[in-house]
Amino acid sequence: MTTAPHTSPGEPQAQAQAQAHPRPQSLSDLFISFTLLALQGFGGVLAVVQRELVERKRWLTQEEFIEDWAVAQIMPGPNVVNLSLMIGGRYFGLPGALAALGGLLAVPLLLVLGLAVLHDRFADNPQVAGALRGMAAVCAGLIAATGLKLVAAFQRSPMPVLWCVAISATGFVLVALLKCPLPWVLLGLGGLGCVLTWRRLQS
Amino acid sequence: MSPAPETLQLVMGWPDWLNLFAHFLLLSIMSVGGAISTSSEMHRFLVEQHHWLSQDQFNAALALAQAAPGPNVLFVALMGWHVGMNAGSVGAALFGVLVTMIGIMTPSTIITYTAARWGHRNRELRAVRAFKQGMAPVVIALLLSTAWIMASSAGAATPGLWLLAIASGIVIWRTRLHLLWVLGAGALLGALGLV
Repeated sequence: MTTAPHTSPGEPQAQAQAQAHPRPQSLSDLFISFTLLALQGFGGVLAVVQRELVERKRWLTQEEFIEDWAVAQIMPGPNVVNLSLMIGGRYFGLPGALAALGGLLAVPLLLVLGLAVLHDRFADNPQVAGALRGMAAVCAGLIAATGLKLVAAFQRSPMPVLWCVAISATGFVLVALLKCPLPWVLLGLGGLGCVLTWRRLQS
Repeated sequence: MSPAPETLQLVMGWPDWLNLFAHFLLLSIMSVGGAISTSSEMHRFLVEQHHWLSQDQFNAALALAQAAPGPNVLFVALMGWHVGMNAGSVGAALFGVLVTMIGIMTPSTIITYTAARWGHRNRELRAVRAFKQGMAPVVIALLLSTAWIMASSAGAATPGLWLLAIASGIVIWRTRLHLLWVLGAGALLGALGLV
């Protein structure tokens, strides 16, 4: 996939009905939801989180998701782990954060250890290796699709859409093509976005 | 000693475990952008400096965690597992998982939880709003970059994999088809050697 010149939103109506804001019912609801999320996330869970929590369960709107993810990204720790802490914590405080975190990690941890034990048998099998390659390619498409869906949020940004697209495109070139270290990009380009937004919010 | 190709046999004393734990606590604080961004430092510490892990084990831990469902941070658990296995027992391996995972998770969890609570309480502040909305373009750039990097490492050899990545991207972007169907199709095509 190439960079993101798409200014036309994919699903204009999908987010409009977000006033009816469902929420997790209980700690076990959180735990199970995050376990199911984690089990669908091959090669990373972030895109699945957007799909499940924003589009299906609607615990978050598109904008809330993107804002939370910005925070999760800039904090130390894995993004998805941080996101689970924030979402769980918002509804049920510390127990909620721990329930979401536990759901995200517990079952996948057992699975990955099981895989490690079996790894020697798997590694030489060409079918298994091929299947893993195929799934990795789908994951790449999945993550790109997540990014493209979130582009719709540009229209509600205090910044002009063109600025948003320019910052995104620059960020893509810096990170994907020039392999700049992430902290620099976050500080530099992210900081630029924040300052521009801050000035627009004033007026 | 030079790193042995396959089997390492370690004697891990309490000071060693403590050293490992302390190092992962430190890495956790530095893990902006995810634990994966500290993996080069883990390599230096575990493989080069202490020889607690072989190069093969290090590579396998990264690849396996990527292929398995769940957050990528679980590669850290696999490293702890292998260090423990090198020390001689499944019990030690499980202990290694605990040491590395608790190490890598605890500081970042405390920092993030505290900061996010503060941010949520003060979400009407102009600075907080500017931060959250101003970061959006970069967030999207990072997603697209991750996709690009994954596709170019997975699809280095074949145009078929690129095609598969693009096709599944379009399907997921434009339809609400369940992800597992798309993943399954990718796995099937890969297993049959079609991509």
